[in-house]
Amino acid sequence: MKSKHILPDLLLTFMKIGFFTFGGGYAMIAMIEDACVEKKKWITHDEMMNITVIAESTPGPIAINCATFTGYKQAGFIGALAATLGMILPSFLVIYLISMFLDNFLEITIIANAFKGIRIAVGLLILDAACTMIRKMHKKILPRTIMICSAILMLMINLFAWNFSSISLMLAAAAVSLTVFMIQNRSAGKGGNAQ
Amino acid sequence: MILLDLFLGFLKVGCFAFGGAYGAIPLIRDVVLSYGWLTDETLTYMIAVSESTPGPIMVNLATYVGSSQGGFAGAVLATLAVVLPSFLIILLVTALLQTALKNKYVQAILRGLKPCVIGIVLATGIYMVLGNILPLGKKEAFDLRALCITLLLGVLGLLWPRLRKKKLSPILRILFAAVLGMIFYA
Repeated sequence: MKSKHILPDLLLTFMKIGFFTFGGGYAMIAMIEDACVEKKKWITHDEMMNITVIAESTPGPIAINCATFTGYKQAGFIGALAATLGMILPSFLVIYLISMFLDNFLEITIIANAFKGIRIAVGLLILDAACTMIRKMHKKILPRTIMICSAILMLMINLFAWNFSSISLMLAAAAVSLTVFMIQNRSAGKGGNAQ
Repeated sequence: MILLDLFLGFLKVGCFAFGGAYGAIPLIRDVVLSYGWLTDETLTYMIAVSESTPGPIMVNLATYVGSSQGGFAGAVLATLAVVLPSFLIILLVTALLQTALKNKYVQAILRGLKPCVIGIVLATGIYMVLGNILPLGKKEAFDLRALCITLLLGVLGLLWPRLRKKKLSPILRILFAAVLGMIFYA
């Protein structure tokens, strides 16, 4: 069934997706769904849903997760490699070109002024993303406490230039959540069959 | 050794980048600022450029930082490093451990990580918005023009869904901001 042409096909399809989706993330999922589920029938709609759920529990760009999964389903490890490379190649080339010219570009006064405005938009975009994430969050006490404590600590780290990385903060939050779970698990297990 | 630092720095970002592009931005800031690779200002500009060019934002940022610090080789290494963890994890999960993510201990860890990422993104957003206006960090003075642009963009972001029935897209917001910057700072 699977022809030799599957590797170039995977590479080119994901290059096309990588080249024409702006902003990353969920905008790409629609494109991937259209190309891989509707047109090429490489994966089913259910598999696509499944991989978006997995992507939320694993690190890294969701588009890369989808590409790796689809490539692997079609042609194993080599397929995963072809699809993932296809996905990153277009943005790599575009950004590499930009990086060669950005500094010269910023020396033009009007462009520099435009970027002073853009800087403000970036702050607002990040704040906006946080608000969307908060709205989708579980409305329970533990996640909310962790969210608020992390926000306050991170703000202090930024303001006072504390030497504490966001990764350490994430590890601490994971440890707290795991400890709470084990304590709850143990007390729930008392009397019954504790695992 | 800058190439090794780039690879390890972005490998760290790739391992902990939960919560999509905006979840990764604080991590990238952390790594990039602690190594002194870029200034906060240049990084912010690059976030806007990454948002306006094709491809996943964290891949774009890795390519840019890599290229600015280590040329073509740096760009390749940083880009590979940022996608390597998710590539390997997805391979492992689909090939071998389809139930690993449903494990209750893994779930407990994820329940801690996700709200923490949200808190970090919230703090980063607040810090960046305030940092543009108030004298935080290296900035010396209160910036009235920045306050005006912030308020105008904020109001626009709130009004847009009512006028156009959809959210103001990131690229449009960046374009409006560029125009406002050209007007106010002229």
